[in-house]
Order: sequence, then C-alpha cells, then structure tokens
Amino acid sequence: MSVTDDKPAIKRPSGFWSYANPVKFLGFSERILPALWVLSAACLALGLVWGFFFTPDDFRQGSTVKIIYLHVPSALMAINAWFMMLVASLIWIVRRHHVSALAARAAAPVGVVMTLIALVTGAIWGQPMWGTWWAWDPRLTSFLILFLFYLGYIALWEAIEDPDTAADLTAVLCLVGTVFAVLSRYAVNFWNQGLHQGASLSLDKEENVADVFYFPLLVCIAGFVLLFFALVLYRTGTEIRLRRTRALLARQGRQ
Amino acid sequence: MPDLGKYADAVLSAYGASLVLLALLVLLTLRRGRRARAALEAVESREKKDG
Repeated sequence: MSVTDDKPAIKRPSGFWSYANPVKFLGFSERILPALWVLSAACLALGLVWGFFFTPDDFRQGSTVKIIYLHVPSALMAINAWFMMLVASLIWIVRRHHVSALAARAAAPVGVVMTLIALVTGAIWGQPMWGTWWAWDPRLTSFLILFLFYLGYIALWEAIEDPDTAADLTAVLCLVGTVFAVLSRYAVNFWNQGLHQGASLSLDKEENVADVFYFPLLVCIAGFVLLFFALVLYRTGTEIRLRRTRALLARQGRQ
Repeated sequence: MPDLGKYADAVLSAYGASLVLLALLVLLTLRRGRRARAALEAVESREKKDG
C-alpha cells in the first residue's frame, strides 16, 4: 500500500455544486455574461418595439394594452426573483455555500426594481381602466407587501455587520416573505374578488390574451428573464469581490 | 409613432418610468461592479508588493 492511500480522500464537489467555489463561479459568469447582456438587450428591444409599434389597440382597453409588455414581465420577475432568493437561501441554510447567500443578496435589488415597475405600470394602467390608481385588492395588496419585504430584506443585509449572521437572518426573512410572493401570484384564485384579473398567460385558451399580443409578450418576458440572470450573475460577482476585499483588508490589518 | 389616442399620457408615462428604472438598475449595477473590481485589484496588488 502506498503512503498516499492512508490519507483521507478529499471529496471535491462536482457538477452544479462545483460553482459554490467563488473562483469557478466568477470564471463561469465572466464567460457567459457577454452573451447574456446581448441576448437580453436584443429580446427587450425586439419585444418592446414589436409591442409598442406593431400591435393593434385592444377593442376595450384601447392603446393602454401596450402597457402589458412591461407590466406582466416585470410582475412575473418580481415574484420569481423572490423564489430564486428562496432557493439560494435554502442552499445557504442547508449547505452553507457563501456564493449562494451572496446570489440571494445580489438578486434582491433587481427584484425590488421589478416590483416597483409592476406597481407603477399597474397604477398607470389602472387609472384609465378601473378609474383608480390603487385599490386594496388582494393581488395588489400582497404585491405591495412583497415590495416592503424586498426593502426589509435589503435593509437587514446592510444592518448586520457579520456576513454569516446577515445571511442566516435574511434567509429566514426570505422564507417568511415567500408567503407574499405566493399570494401575489395566487391571491386572485384564493379570494375570488378584487379588481385585478387572473393569469394573462394561461394554458386555457379561453382565458389567454389574443395571439397578436401574446407573441411580443413572450419575447418581452424572455428579455426580462435574461436581463434578470445577467444582472444577478454580475451582481453576485460584485458581492464575491467585495467580500474578498474585506477579507484581505482584515488580514492586512492584522499583520 | 403609433396613434395612442386619449391614453397617450398613460402609455408613454408607463414606458418612460419603466425604461428609466431599468436603465438606472443596469447603470448602478455596472458602476458598483467596476468599483468593487478596482478595490479588489488595489488590495491584491498591495498584498503582492508586501509579500
């Protein structure tokens, strides 16, 4: 038996989990980010120009239907950004991968802007259609609470100095806030009341928006999804660098 | 420019507000990223110099 056989084998993570290594994660994100930026800009430009210039007015809503190309994708991303933060937080809680906690932190400001766009465009659309900027409707209210949860989540990260404690506490806040992310999506189904309609993109053909609005909407959604991934990858890289800078400064301070 | 009729204000303000928010998000993200990269490079080069 050789000497090396007596050493305990170091099990390196493979596949998806290998990206928990910050260096490997940074290398991966640097490689795919240029393509993600270009694709997201192309999809957003195509979808928004198609939707704004080349789709007809709705017979009931007139030209306000064009707001759908911003309102639906941003609302969809506002909810799904929170779910992404939930998955990343659970990975942090269970496996203690720092990159995962930093990815959740990086996604929050993107999510809060998506929520704000959904709220603002919703209010601007609601005024001419419902006769009011705002109503305490189940879906709108749960969306507003989701917005406040985003702000609280970001504030909690900033308020706690120790990064691991901040990651633990924000992960718990993320679990709690998930209730409102789910409610934002399903409130219409739970409480069959309020002004807001049900799903715009449904597999049920009767409920779905007409094809002429549907295809540019799909392109816009693709653009928002790609932009979200590009921003989160880039911002996670930033968080990794900031963390490494703090660690090096602390080490230099001790020497 | 399509004829937006009586809802022109609503449609244009929704597009204007959204595009401004998206542009701000991207620009602030890139600015913070560039600063973080520069700060790390400065600290790493100092570490190399000090051995």
